[in-house]
Amino acid sequence: MQPNAAITPSTLSRCDFPWQVKWDIQTCTLCGRCTSVCPVNAIEPGTFRKRSIESLVPGLNKMPESSFKVYHGIRQKTDPGYACVGCGMCNMVCPNNAIEPVGAKFGDTLKFHHDQGGLSRTRGGRRNSGQSVLDQIKFLRISMLTDPALDAGRHEFEMKTLIGRILPPAKVLKARKDKGWVPPVREIYPLLIGGMSFGALSPNMWEGLQMGVAYLNEELNMPVRMCTGEGGCPPRLLRSRFLKYVILQIASGYFGWDEIVHSIPHMKEDPCAVEIKYGQGAKPGDGGLLQWHKVNKLIAAIRGVPPGVSLPSPPTHQTKYSIEEAVAKMIQSMSMAWGFRVPVYPKISASSTSLAVLNNLTRNPYASGLAIDGEDGGTGAAYNVSMNHMGHPIASNVRDCYLNLVKLGMQNEIPIIAGGGTGKNGNLSANAAALIMLGASAVQVGKYIMQAAAGCLGSEQDRCNICNIGRCPKGITSQDPRLYRRLDPEKVAQRVVDVYLSFDTELKKIVAPLGRSTSLPIGMSDALGIADKAAADRLQIKYVV
Amino acid sequence: MCRLFSLTSSEPVSPIKAVEALDMMKEGHDGSGIGLFLSELDGPFAQFRDLPILSGIFTQSGMRRLEDFMSAKGFLTRYRLTLDVKVEPPPGTPKREIYLIQVYEPPESWQDLTPEEQERKMTQVRLKLRHMGEAEQDMVVFSFWPDVVMIKEVGDPMEIGIYLGLHREELFARRIMAQGRQNTNYGINLYACHPFFIQGITTMTNGENTAFVPIKEYLSTQGVTGYEGYQSDSEVFTHILHFALKELNLGIEAYKHIITPLQGGYLDHHPDRDFLSNLKQSCRRLIIDGPNCVIGCLPDKTMFMVQDRKKLRPGIVGGRSGLFAFSSESCGLDAVVPERDKTKDFQPMHLDTAIVSPDCKEVRICSQTQPLPLQL
Repeated sequence: MQPNAAITPSTLSRCDFPWQVKWDIQTCTLCGRCTSVCPVNAIEPGTFRKRSIESLVPGLNKMPESSFKVYHGIRQKTDPGYACVGCGMCNMVCPNNAIEPVGAKFGDTLKFHHDQGGLSRTRGGRRNSGQSVLDQIKFLRISMLTDPALDAGRHEFEMKTLIGRILPPAKVLKARKDKGWVPPVREIYPLLIGGMSFGALSPNMWEGLQMGVAYLNEELNMPVRMCTGEGGCPPRLLRSRFLKYVILQIASGYFGWDEIVHSIPHMKEDPCAVEIKYGQGAKPGDGGLLQWHKVNKLIAAIRGVPPGVSLPSPPTHQTKYSIEEAVAKMIQSMSMAWGFRVPVYPKISASSTSLAVLNNLTRNPYASGLAIDGEDGGTGAAYNVSMNHMGHPIASNVRDCYLNLVKLGMQNEIPIIAGGGTGKNGNLSANAAALIMLGASAVQVGKYIMQAAAGCLGSEQDRCNICNIGRCPKGITSQDPRLYRRLDPEKVAQRVVDVYLSFDTELKKIVAPLGRSTSLPIGMSDALGIADKAAADRLQIKYVV
Repeated sequence: MCRLFSLTSSEPVSPIKAVEALDMMKEGHDGSGIGLFLSELDGPFAQFRDLPILSGIFTQSGMRRLEDFMSAKGFLTRYRLTLDVKVEPPPGTPKREIYLIQVYEPPESWQDLTPEEQERKMTQVRLKLRHMGEAEQDMVVFSFWPDVVMIKEVGDPMEIGIYLGLHREELFARRIMAQGRQNTNYGINLYACHPFFIQGITTMTNGENTAFVPIKEYLSTQGVTGYEGYQSDSEVFTHILHFALKELNLGIEAYKHIITPLQGGYLDHHPDRDFLSNLKQSCRRLIIDGPNCVIGCLPDKTMFMVQDRKKLRPGIVGGRSGLFAFSSESCGLDAVVPERDKTKDFQPMHLDTAIVSPDCKEVRICSQTQPLPLQL
């Protein structure tokens, strides 16, 4: 900026930005890879003019001279619309490590200027907070001398869970005797890949996940399931035998369901389950959002919409006039579509109203579970304010719901599937085990899988988080073939398998010392402790210091 | 870890025999308590086979409250045996006032009740007395059931056996279960002493129950009278058995399919896989996670032993026609049935249920891989 130029309210310096691009003239080869790879065009080739003073040797026979040199390098833009997102792709492609983004030391002022043109900030990712109650939970009840601890590596473990409405024993025996209907129940692995839609994710990412899930099931005998999210399902998958590994999601936009419904007669297998999404943790009370950048021809075809338009799903299902109608009618309709052979359960964002939903489900014989997504759940696109400030923490919500089922004596009947920030700081197995012992029957993860299986760069320090505009530098959430071809589906599949095998080992490393191997320790709250009295009281676990 | 010993005999046997067996296994328990279950009683109790017997420990004031309560309910005392102790208790055993074993005749109005209603009423009376005793600390009630006597006390089993005179003929019985307690997790509480009893069903266990809390939460919310208390993590095994037999009308062969259901290929290839799969799913919260060895006695006086899935606890069954015993260790068997054919001793493994019928003829081994003898 020239010294006499006008300063507008949103005229910012590099220092005002959350991420500052540090560039080293000494090592830069001017190859241009960084500027071409930057997903938000935050950097550009720059021509710089530099004055240099040449002071001569002592003696002062001649006055010092100055001269001007021109050199070329990298310039960080200071227009708020081109702010560096800190993804670090520039560093990844630089042959000499000459460039890297560095986090602002003193906090950024850009956050006051995200609303250019009156448009509120939207982004992908999670709540920008590293806090996690789940990380603070410890597993205390270690068997050593009172009982032998088990060998996590060599002992036999049954680490499976059930999804579906599980009748109480007397009722199931009566139903068998009377040849009545027994609700469908699936025995699955307790870590689910949560709903990430075809559209939110790139085709390569989706293919990689599906291949990984298929490998886990067919080669490793791990019944892992993956939810489609709201965006339909590729027709070939709908008609394949792999559909049994898939949980189909229906949400308020009903995207893709024309194709799904018409495929039912051609399905070789029933899907694992149907998830009715009423809410998600990242944006409670808000519908799904696929911004126009990502709606290309393929996505438009699968979703049954015109290309190039934003697809904001309504915040609620249009058929919903009351909770009874929403839950009863939709669950029953979806059950009926597959001849009552497929479990159907709702997914809600964790909320102080979760108990009301749960109580309603307990009275609905077709309700097969309840998925609850906590405030730390991730998303491909949402308003920043929704992500950062809306929603309920998952730990206490799951605990409340579980204890409510215990009060009703129905803790085995309606499985709670917990999600939202599980493993956000990398502690996936510990977080999942804590949720299970608080009362969850299963745990679902999305963001963690993106990070671990595909190298997603997003973080709770507001790094990257541009999933919404289709510019994902790793090709995970982009529909631009130039970007998503960076992602090799085979490699994603391999990483999915890595993640699950490692998770399985760690889960056993947690439950084995607790003396548990014959069944998943759902609700084993006596094993848990936390060094926070208020949290211990709230979760009804031990307070330890 | 506790030590367990039980015997089932066609002839009446002195309970002190079981205590001697516990004494043989003394290295395995710390002498912190003993519990005894006696049934098919001989002596004076034989003539009152159908009348409920109250077993418990009372103070003088508790005794008065008991009599007031029972007479107000319309119960008549038909026979009373108190284990009078004239000497000071052994070290570690508190001095009690009255060890009571009392036979009652129920009120006439009970004659119109169905057997199930009578059973529920007896359980309710026991629970009411237990609650009364817990409030005033003046009575401890172990059982109130026909042909069942239970004795529990804190201290070394053999010393207590001598102290209470357990050799007396009035206590001779054909079914005897005894536990030498190893106190680990919980404070010494008489209600935490095995065996546990509910409506004709008794079990005792060694080992810690790592799935205790979820199982307890499940049982105590099923609305079944008597599923409460839980001073010991092993009490749930008794209630699971009760749940299987009385609430689900299943046989003893199904018990192991509930507490340690088959997994993977074993289940997939079982002839009753659909039934077992339904049972496993619906009874998921009753799966135990051991390591535990459970010995039990059913209402028809069948005795059994099962191990949990891990089979990390000792347990052996053996004997001769007319007298069989279940024991934590073979030295316990040797103490009581030395003349048996030891080659026929059997140690149940992770799929087995060892069963001895009341006729005491043989040990029947039921494996979980076998078809279930049920009307499915």
